[in-house]
Amino acid sequence: MNIAVCVKDVVDVSEIKIDEKTNEPILEGISREVSDIEKSAVEEAIKIKEEYGGKITVLTVGSVENMENIKELLAMGADEAVIISPPEEPDYTVVSELLAGAIDEIGDIDIVLCGEASIDLFSGQVGPRVAELLDIPQITYAEGLEAEEEKIVGERDVGGNKVMTVESSYPVLVTVTKEINDPRLPSLQEILGAANKPINEWESDEFMDHEIKPTMETKDIRGVSMERKNIIFDEDELEDSVKKLAENLAKEGLLE
Amino acid sequence: MNFELTDNQKMVRNMVRDFAENEIEPVADELDEKKEYPDEILDKMSDLGLLGIMIPEEYDGAGMDTVSFAIAIEEISRKCAATGVITEVHNSLVASPIVHYGTEEQKKKYLPMLATGKKIGAFGGTEPDAGTDLGAMQTTAEKDGDSYIINGQKTFITSGSEAGIVIVFAVTDKSKGRKGISAFIVESDTEGFQVGDVFDKLGLHANKVSELFFEDMEVPKENLLGEEGKGYKIALSALDHGRIGIGAQAVGIAQAVLDESIEYSQQREQFGKPISNFQAIQWKLAEIGTRTEAARLLVYNAADAADRGERFTKEASMAKLFASEVAMNAATEGIQIHGGYGYIDEYKVEQLFRDAKITEIYEGTSEAQKMVIARCLLK
Repeated sequence: MNIAVCVKDVVDVSEIKIDEKTNEPILEGISREVSDIEKSAVEEAIKIKEEYGGKITVLTVGSVENMENIKELLAMGADEAVIISPPEEPDYTVVSELLAGAIDEIGDIDIVLCGEASIDLFSGQVGPRVAELLDIPQITYAEGLEAEEEKIVGERDVGGNKVMTVESSYPVLVTVTKEINDPRLPSLQEILGAANKPINEWESDEFMDHEIKPTMETKDIRGVSMERKNIIFDEDELEDSVKKLAENLAKEGLLE
Repeated sequence: MNFELTDNQKMVRNMVRDFAENEIEPVADELDEKKEYPDEILDKMSDLGLLGIMIPEEYDGAGMDTVSFAIAIEEISRKCAATGVITEVHNSLVASPIVHYGTEEQKKKYLPMLATGKKIGAFGGTEPDAGTDLGAMQTTAEKDGDSYIINGQKTFITSGSEAGIVIVFAVTDKSKGRKGISAFIVESDTEGFQVGDVFDKLGLHANKVSELFFEDMEVPKENLLGEEGKGYKIALSALDHGRIGIGAQAVGIAQAVLDESIEYSQQREQFGKPISNFQAIQWKLAEIGTRTEAARLLVYNAADAADRGERFTKEASMAKLFASEVAMNAATEGIQIHGGYGYIDEYKVEQLFRDAKITEIYEGTSEAQKMVIARCLLK
């Protein structure tokens, strides 16, 4: 099985703070990472490779500020990485077109794996767009995946604790949720070994046969203010306070 | 001059930090409370190569550099200082001397056992009357045909009751003083090898520190490490590496104090605002942070000197001296930031305070480090 995994080098969102005056996120000095969701996609690829053999190529669009984050995926077990330089500030259209173009360029890919969404913007658009551009079936939000010789079976998280089981022929694109597995940590030996694995840097005009333009313009990024209501239920009897709390939570739609 | 870690070193830091947060932190308090040796953690660490960090790959090790070793020990110690010192001794005081002084047969036989965690290593140097004055040791090794017969005792041995391989230092020729000390690789199932008391200690509860007794213990001559009479030199060389490790452990403890103190000071409110808003607390945090960073750089400096093949005795002693005092100072101030809550065992700083003290004592007291540093300066 030849597998392509799409990943993104993003800021560690757990470190982001919002500037109280401007309401803008403070991004300076924040460490970057490949999110656990995408590491789960890599882990799933490794498991499939362990069973069927093949090659795993990790793809990412945009400048990689921390090369060790990509090397870590190679240390986990991916074979090769491709870093694609976008022609201009990439939006979902540009990223999807570039990934689909690169996967086409690599050729002979059986499975494309993505996270359900990137941890920073979390739109969940890129996976489905790439599948559409490649004109292949897609299984989104997979929390379970079983690759067989002729088909792949995915268990989709469709919300409300419900799972939809679907199967597809190859080639196929699968987006995975974090629940699908626990990504492995590379050993020290694997970290050293990753140094010998290729990291290729591709310019978009080297493999794209048409010009791509962003269709979306980012005007502003603002923090969402979460005002607390600060309601205190202080009845004479504790039970009455609890009852009122429960009633209010139900009214807010937080309790069924 | 480049202060940036290499990609590999950053990957080591990320991996060990991830491991420590997910596998060590959840059990660290319980191990401390129950005084349990971290067997399961060590098993998992062997899968990641952390028990053979600097052992060459041909002997199943990871073949990493000393800076990576220091990073790993810091990150482990940040979550459990006891696991930190067990790993440090195993890697630097046991594996490293075999790498540097062992015969090919010894390397083939013992390094894979250590690297894969089949056997944990201990360093049998200290005796009841030979601590800083290691040359005063009384344990003897008498040549008898193809063997040595070892008699004597050791004390304060990290992992003493748990180790499968112990490097034992013993006097082979009393007339030669320090040049009459030799080093031996001893397997703990050798007849005559006995574990004495396992000590109750102020801190590092998950580390089993014990006495060892040797009674007519017959060790084959193939287990002599290096040449006869080179034991003292081997011990000092191992301790140079070890001091980088203890420096790194101390940095890990100091960093943990800083982490805990930042979190607590932002949550704890007095006079209607978080105590982190008060300059008295801010200055303490600034000082702990600055000293910890300085200690880390001294540790990296010593480790990098070792990796460049330079002499690093002075640098290692400076790193150990400074970092251990930084850790103790940080722990004292960390408790002060926590106030009364810092003195009870529900808060991590109480344990960090207990764990920090020993870094100023083992693998050479602060006073011994000053002797070494002064000797290097006055040369």
